[in-house]
Amino acid sequence: MVHPTESDTIPTHPVQPAPRLSMRTRSAIWVWSFLAIPVLFYCVIRFYPTFNAFWLSLTDWDLMSDAEFIGFENYRRMFADPGFWQTFRNTFAYLIYGTPISLLIAFVVAYYLDRVRFAHNFLRALYFMPYITTAAAMAWVWRWFYQPPPTGLINSALGELGFGQIEFLGSTTNALPAIMVTAIWAGLGFQIIIFMAGLRAIPDTYYEAARIDGLGEWTILRKITLPLLKPTTVFLVVFISIAFLRIFDQVYNMTTNDPGGPLGSTKPLVLMIYQTAFSSYDMGYAAAQTVVLFTILLVVSLLQLWILRDRA
Amino acid sequence: MSSVTETPGTGLPMSRINPKAIVRWTILFIGGVLMVTPLLYMFSTSLKTPGQIYDLRLIPSAPTLANYMEVLREGDFMRWFINSSIVAVVVTASNLFFDSLVGYTLAKFKFRGRRFVFIAILSTLMIPTEMLVIPWYLMSAQFGWLDTYWGIMFPGMTTAFGTFLMKQFFETVPDDFLEAARIDGMNEFTIWWKIAMPLVTPALSALAIFTFLGNWTAFFWPLIVTTSKELYTLPIGLTSFAVEQAIRWEMIMTGAALATIPTLVIFLVLQRFIVRGVMLAGLKG
Amino acid sequence: MQKRILMAGISAAACITAATSASAVEIEYWQYIYDTRVEAMDQLIENFEEANPDITVKQVTFPYADYQTRIVAANMARKGPDVMQLFYGWADKFIEGNLIQPLPEDTFPAAQIEEEFFPIVSAMKRDGEYYGLPTAVRSLALFWNKDLFEEAGIDGPPETLDELVEYGKELAVKNDAGNFETVGLTLDMAGQDHQWWREVLVRQMGGVPYNDDYSQVTYDDDAAGAEALEFYTNLQTEHGIGAAGFMDEGQAAFRAGRAAMTIDGTFRLGSFNSIEDFEWGVAELPANEEGVQSNYASYFANAIGSSAEGEELEASIKFLEYISSDEAMQIWLEVVGELPARRDAAMTDANMNDPIYGPFLAALPYAHTTLFVDEAAQRQTAIDMANRVFLQGQSPADSVAEAAEQEQAIIDDARD
Repeated sequence: MVHPTESDTIPTHPVQPAPRLSMRTRSAIWVWSFLAIPVLFYCVIRFYPTFNAFWLSLTDWDLMSDAEFIGFENYRRMFADPGFWQTFRNTFAYLIYGTPISLLIAFVVAYYLDRVRFAHNFLRALYFMPYITTAAAMAWVWRWFYQPPPTGLINSALGELGFGQIEFLGSTTNALPAIMVTAIWAGLGFQIIIFMAGLRAIPDTYYEAARIDGLGEWTILRKITLPLLKPTTVFLVVFISIAFLRIFDQVYNMTTNDPGGPLGSTKPLVLMIYQTAFSSYDMGYAAAQTVVLFTILLVVSLLQLWILRDRA
Repeated sequence: MSSVTETPGTGLPMSRINPKAIVRWTILFIGGVLMVTPLLYMFSTSLKTPGQIYDLRLIPSAPTLANYMEVLREGDFMRWFINSSIVAVVVTASNLFFDSLVGYTLAKFKFRGRRFVFIAILSTLMIPTEMLVIPWYLMSAQFGWLDTYWGIMFPGMTTAFGTFLMKQFFETVPDDFLEAARIDGMNEFTIWWKIAMPLVTPALSALAIFTFLGNWTAFFWPLIVTTSKELYTLPIGLTSFAVEQAIRWEMIMTGAALATIPTLVIFLVLQRFIVRGVMLAGLKG
Repeated sequence: MQKRILMAGISAAACITAATSASAVEIEYWQYIYDTRVEAMDQLIENFEEANPDITVKQVTFPYADYQTRIVAANMARKGPDVMQLFYGWADKFIEGNLIQPLPEDTFPAAQIEEEFFPIVSAMKRDGEYYGLPTAVRSLALFWNKDLFEEAGIDGPPETLDELVEYGKELAVKNDAGNFETVGLTLDMAGQDHQWWREVLVRQMGGVPYNDDYSQVTYDDDAAGAEALEFYTNLQTEHGIGAAGFMDEGQAAFRAGRAAMTIDGTFRLGSFNSIEDFEWGVAELPANEEGVQSNYASYFANAIGSSAEGEELEASIKFLEYISSDEAMQIWLEVVGELPARRDAAMTDANMNDPIYGPFLAALPYAHTTLFVDEAAQRQTAIDMANRVFLQGQSPADSVAEAAEQEQAIIDDARD
């Protein structure tokens, strides 16, 4: 990392020290003129709001009157609120079920799709297409699928086949998995592509060596493919986890008439934040909730760093 | 390459018609069709009359474009389409410029505070948007940015992800190229713009795809910052349209189709390109 | 040369505007964007300016979702409107935030207001002072599908709760699989049913939903709340009249001709007017056995901004007087379709005999307004309350108690 820039200064070094200094200064001027706007941007649009959010989380503020410092009262209120713990559980339910299911399906599809030559691009396109759709739009399609009879597609189909109806979005137990399915569906395309890229990055020589050793397909998968795929897998685990922890678009659109599903059974943290801030205008309390989300994401990200370091 | 992994370990020469491969292909095909089923039904229903939507057939018995006519007449879809385009294009252009400028600076210059700046920028990856929206909202209210294009766009004008991606790619650019240009007397900006940038076009296109797609489908912040119909982006417009339609599914499906068609068309035209871009960004990012 | 002409033009224009603004007062009126409301207000302003040539009224509008924030932001910058429209439920916040000022007692004596307006205006009263007056109000009614009633051989809409149940059972149709084809009555707490439960059913069961200033939840003080909820949930669980979540929204089911009855508000008229497949009618909400009737009404009131002073305050008072007059209310009814807030303007023979407006108007003398502190959150407690019975089999009494606790917490949080 240091090498390339060092070569900048080397040619001038033997001649005389004075221009070298001015060269440095000139270079510094360039650097900071390149960085000026972005650094300002990061300060004003990223760092200041972050501190502001921490500060707001310690206040009681409804936009109408002045913000009032109340210490950790918002946090106390949040941890005492069963509604908060429910969204907390929901958020982790999305994460804990959604991530492995996504990962497994994506890997299996990628593993086999990678070997298919006939109409490869066509098949790949089928899997990839949901990824480029708009979550808000597709949420309404799924919402229609899940309607009770006589409207919903799935229930109507079940009815035709003589089965009873299944309550999806109106049930406290089925609503969350129903929404999770749509999120998994939307993300698969991306994950499959990434897995395929990871598979292709594994040098052929490994496989050739394994074949010469007479290893079976399963052994190759277990001993070679999966270990070498670890960076890709770790990346995807974190990527998918964060996406599930921040799930919002689908839930918002699929439950507009009872936000967060029956008895809050599908409500994730982000929806709670949205409602607290922009429906109840309870800005301080909402900020405290965002701090909790931040902490969760931070822990997940640090876990990633820790696992990556473990690898190196 | 795939010939190696086609039938590893069987030891048999690969035959043209491999029954296993056919089964595999068929299963993958069925899976793929399942993946696009929601899209197919969305389009199918958008071509049906209200009376036909309880009919489960995928191919409408009497397809009609009447819903599209009505939606385009009543809704503001064209307007929202334009808004989304403006937002996505401007933010993408801004990211291509600033992300690569900063990425280049961090990769190719040695200066005091470089590490600090890099870590600081990278650390913002850990701050979720959701935490920033409340301060952004208050800031926007104060500066009159609510319900303006700038209000929708400002949070994404440059991102740590893009900066990191571009830095990774600029590090692979050989210094000799830049040094040669320096000796020719080019200034640093020209060197970046004319010499370094063309060497990382694959990365630029990957970044462009991600940024464009991300902004085209963005929901949370535009939902908060826009309040008038004229300023809605397509996803927000669609949501408000769907709620207003009060569960008239054929109309909602038409709206959803209209929101989906643009990206779908772009994808079908640029498939190879997009998939390569996603792979590239995913691997480096 | 051209430049000079242009300059001359500009300065001339500047003189003219300066001249007019010197002799006339300009006041700003704010409301949210809704086509017919803006149109009606344009008409009112025109009439008002004709009668008061020295006052000009500038109408400024914002999208509904943005409206509250705009008022707050403008007030922070001391550029608030002189007269503004606000939802009655925001009154507490607006008074506390010092956004509006009390109406002067000499022009708007409290006693006179109470005599001339429907009692629901009291939601704008704090410590004996009125902070705003509505032009128009909304109430609830029972919409019924005439075609489905005729098919079932029922003459007219139910007048009592017993009839509601009886008719509902006859009107509901299920297919062989046991799924509803048509519901007798829509059950949709997220729609208007929570208002029906709160202000109507609870009272009809002999209870009172809240204390006088709505600072205390009282529907769980006696059995009335539980009885009201039981009546409501029984419509689904006992009588099989409808199902929560059918067609996603009650009004959607009614629109699609798959619900014989639905309870909804004046504001739904616009949407139902486009129904072409069947005939529908409007009836007063059913009474209980003893004939007790109740209704929920809501409104947007017009109030004077706290920044209005001097001659602007004078002009604002005059304008408010006009837009709360009989004449203004009649215009509002014709253009927007909302009900007049004054008894005299509302209870005309023509209005009372109107088959659509009549039933809504008839409810105003006995209607109540709930002083919500956070309508979305309070509605959620009612939705959850019904769902606990529907989905978790909780007893109505327990569910009501839980809802009361949650709602009380919301009220306390907002009020402290």
